[in-house]
Amino acid sequence: MNWGSALQLAMRALWRNKTRAMLTALGVIVGVAAVIAMLSIGAGAQQRITKTMDDLGSNNLVIRPGSVSRGGVRKGAGGRTSLTRDDAVAIADLREVVAVAPSVRSSAQVRYRGSNWGTAIEGVTEDYAEVRRWSVAEGDFISEQQVRSAAHVCVLGQTVSRELFGLASPIGEILVVKGTACRVVGALQPKGATAWGTDQDDAVFMPITTVQRKLMGINYVNRIDVSTVGREASFRVLDNVKRLLRDLHRLGPKRPDDFRVFNRAELAQSSEESARVFTWLLGSIASVSLLVGGIGIMNIMLVSVTERTREIGIRMALGARRRDIQWQFLLEALLLSGAGGVLGIALGLGGANAVATFSELPVIITPSAVLIAFLFAVLVGVFFGLHPARKAAKLRPIQALRYE
Amino acid sequence: MNTPVIEVRQLYKTYALEGVDVHALRGIDLRIDEGEFVAIMGPSGSGKSTLMNILGCLDVGDSGSYRLQGQDVSAMSADQLAAVRNHQIGFVFQNFNLLSRTSALENVETPLIYAGLGLAERRQRANDALRRIGLGERANNHPSQLSGGQQQRVAIARALVTNPSLILADEPTGNLDSATSDDIMGVFDALHREGATIVLITHEHEVATHAQRILEVRDGQLLEKAA
Repeated sequence: MNWGSALQLAMRALWRNKTRAMLTALGVIVGVAAVIAMLSIGAGAQQRITKTMDDLGSNNLVIRPGSVSRGGVRKGAGGRTSLTRDDAVAIADLREVVAVAPSVRSSAQVRYRGSNWGTAIEGVTEDYAEVRRWSVAEGDFISEQQVRSAAHVCVLGQTVSRELFGLASPIGEILVVKGTACRVVGALQPKGATAWGTDQDDAVFMPITTVQRKLMGINYVNRIDVSTVGREASFRVLDNVKRLLRDLHRLGPKRPDDFRVFNRAELAQSSEESARVFTWLLGSIASVSLLVGGIGIMNIMLVSVTERTREIGIRMALGARRRDIQWQFLLEALLLSGAGGVLGIALGLGGANAVATFSELPVIITPSAVLIAFLFAVLVGVFFGLHPARKAAKLRPIQALRYE
Repeated sequence: MNTPVIEVRQLYKTYALEGVDVHALRGIDLRIDEGEFVAIMGPSGSGKSTLMNILGCLDVGDSGSYRLQGQDVSAMSADQLAAVRNHQIGFVFQNFNLLSRTSALENVETPLIYAGLGLAERRQRANDALRRIGLGERANNHPSQLSGGQQQRVAIARALVTNPSLILADEPTGNLDSATSDDIMGVFDALHREGATIVLITHEHEVATHAQRILEVRDGQLLEKAA
């Protein structure tokens, strides 16, 4: 028997029971649509998380001073004064480090003419914007020259700019920060709140030297941000930074670290990993419905084999070999699952687009998700079609012919 | 001398029915030459259905040999037997055994599908066979739209379409009234005149008289009766 004839026979057999075939295929249609929709929503969520992590700087390390313990009183993380700008300069020379941004943080009441606003003051260097991924909306960021000369200049976050200047441009205006007059040289693009709810735009950025000397009277730094060439590299840099700082701080083998290093990549990785697990979880749940669809196929094919026992007997008498009979029933199952797969893809794509249109969820339809769902459907057809097809092929001609 | 179409020697067949061994065939010897028209008679339970199943390659005997066109079929596999049925044997059954909801033409085509022929040749040969038994104009009717006699004619066309060496008819008039029976037996007579080898199984003596030779199965053994 050739393929064309086999296909024709299978299609005709299905056509004779159109309603039954449609209902059986429906199980596969819903299953495939569910798998595609779930994988697409999962992929969308995953991409959003990756983007959020990259915005935070997933290649970055954050170094903070360790805790202080003096006379039994422990002051908690960041209490030490162990980090300095010299540490930052030394770290910048390490391999695979792109940029280093030491910073100090304070808070102050900022005045402009009649109005005032309480906000965070960040003492920064010229690399800060790059390392922490700020972009300038207007004017310039703090320059190297301004850091070296401890210039009285500042750059405003969007919240501060809006509170003090409204919609007008702040560039060139003079602010008073803790009694020090500063000229506004730039304004930043908004970055929004952190995942923890702090408004990142509610800050004034000034040269680190100015803040250390004029506002705080200190010579240490609160934090050093290090950007590395890549996520992989960040783990190597982390080890090198630890070793370097222990050397610089002359810590003997028995002394604990007087600093702490956090790797942003770890957080990014675990978030992305959980998103991936989530996607697979959604996909697996959806594929259970595909499996149920397959059981529907097997059920109907078994009924069909019993109903058509006489037909099978006649075909065998006329010269059908066992494999001809097996293929006929297997092809019917495959046609059901294949047609169900194609219609399911259409429904899945429609559903995913509807979700994308009517909800805030990002949806990404990948060709691989469509392919996986379709192949899975076909596999289900083969798996659940094989048993009924075998059963049909194993019938003995005389018994099948006599079957009433 | 020519190779006989059927050559059976010392054929035995026993099967267990509800735990009791039934000796259906007990040493059958049979030779049928090309162009012969042979009737096999016998009461029900005599073993004639078993003999018919074995002659039709739907079943195999326990011992003894069966040569069809000189080919030993007693040791063939299921698929080899299927090929033999397809190429060498044309079946006509008592209850017609047509595929329902399938046109007469497609019914006749079915054996050719399993012979691996393409659509155009199948159509051509099936139409020829239908015309040969006088049903050319009913090719697109389904079995349910045909009378009993017409359905049996379609079945005969289906048996002829592969040009088999043997036509095996099992009570072909059993479900037909006497006028239609005569009509169908006329078709077999015509096929015989054209040189077909026919084995007819029946329990009606009147039907058997159309054959040249009449054999009787009794208690699993074969007796030659004068025609």
